[in-house]
Amino acid sequence: MATDKSYLLRFSRTERAFHWIHASAFFVLLGSGLILYLPRLSELVSRRPLVKAVHIDTAIAWAVALALVVLLGDRAGLRRTVHELDLFDSDDRLWLRRIPRPQGRFNAGQKLNAALTASFAVLFAVSGFFLWLGERDHRFRFASTIVLHDGLMYVSLVLLVGHLYLALIYPATRHALRGMTTGSVRRDWAQRHHAKWVGPDEPMQP
Amino acid sequence: MRDIVPSGWRIYTVAATMPVFNRTTWRLRIDGLVERPVTLSYEQLRALPRVEQVSDFHCVTGWSVKNVHWGGVRFRDLLAAARPRTGAAALTLVSAEKPYADSLTLDQAKLADVLLAYEMDGKPLRREHGAPVRLVIPEMYGYKNVKWVERITVTDQPEPGYWEQRGYDTDAWVGRSNGYG
Repeated sequence: MATDKSYLLRFSRTERAFHWIHASAFFVLLGSGLILYLPRLSELVSRRPLVKAVHIDTAIAWAVALALVVLLGDRAGLRRTVHELDLFDSDDRLWLRRIPRPQGRFNAGQKLNAALTASFAVLFAVSGFFLWLGERDHRFRFASTIVLHDGLMYVSLVLLVGHLYLALIYPATRHALRGMTTGSVRRDWAQRHHAKWVGPDEPMQP
Repeated sequence: MRDIVPSGWRIYTVAATMPVFNRTTWRLRIDGLVERPVTLSYEQLRALPRVEQVSDFHCVTGWSVKNVHWGGVRFRDLLAAARPRTGAAALTLVSAEKPYADSLTLDQAKLADVLLAYEMDGKPLRREHGAPVRLVIPEMYGYKNVKWVERITVTDQPEPGYWEQRGYDTDAWVGRSNGYG
């Protein structure tokens, strides 16, 4: 574990809580959303009012849970993480052009993934809120709301498949999953993939 | 694969389960302000003059399905046997999916492209689309296009339907109601 010299703490408890709340909510929202969206699934499951309630309540729970993690968790650490994710340096730009460059705790692809995931989450939440509100008040009913909500589902699905491939299947990167579950990763693996984070001596703790 | 790829349709229901169509026991009742209330079996309904049309379907939430091929019965043919009485001005379509219902004025119901459809895109209407019959009124948003119709009651004025009781317009003209247009 983190005290073991051969392992390094990559993700704090706050970061892991944030990730897994988002991930589990996404799967519930995706599943219930697809039942509401695909006619054959709608017929198979029926109970639309129940599925719709699950979808909406999960969205609310997701927002509340993330807010609680921010409030009660390591806020200063999260701020540093956001800062790390926001910063694209020359190594990142080269790395994205497939030129091998040492990467920080997050490589440039992970930074892009984080930025896209965060923007999609905001757009999902806003369009979902207007779907809910528009059903109650026609002044907030816009034909584009549902197009945006569905379109986001498709692009998120592509992003998710890529993320799962790298986290679960691709041999070179799947060790990262250990970081997101236990918090720590092997030092030699980190040295190979996140050299700027590990550094020549002791790495910065997240 | 066609079952998985989105068809453009979304299936909106209000009850816990979708009605199941039983061909032998199913009946369509036409009653209310009529000279002669009638009850039609599925075969009797299919024996009425059949029409086909291609029309677009618009949902009030913003999605549309273009060029849907419908087969069914026009309302004037449907009502001819029951003969609406003087004073009859509207009809309520009651769905087998409780408590869904909606209504049209008789003038609206007699528009040239309003049907009680039992076929969609060349096949018998599927369960999730309202099997065995649904209303098709292309000029109005989907919520007026009642699925699983099992009873048509002729009345002296339109009664507020399921969504009208929840704030939606009674005359749901596409592009000219519910805040659009």
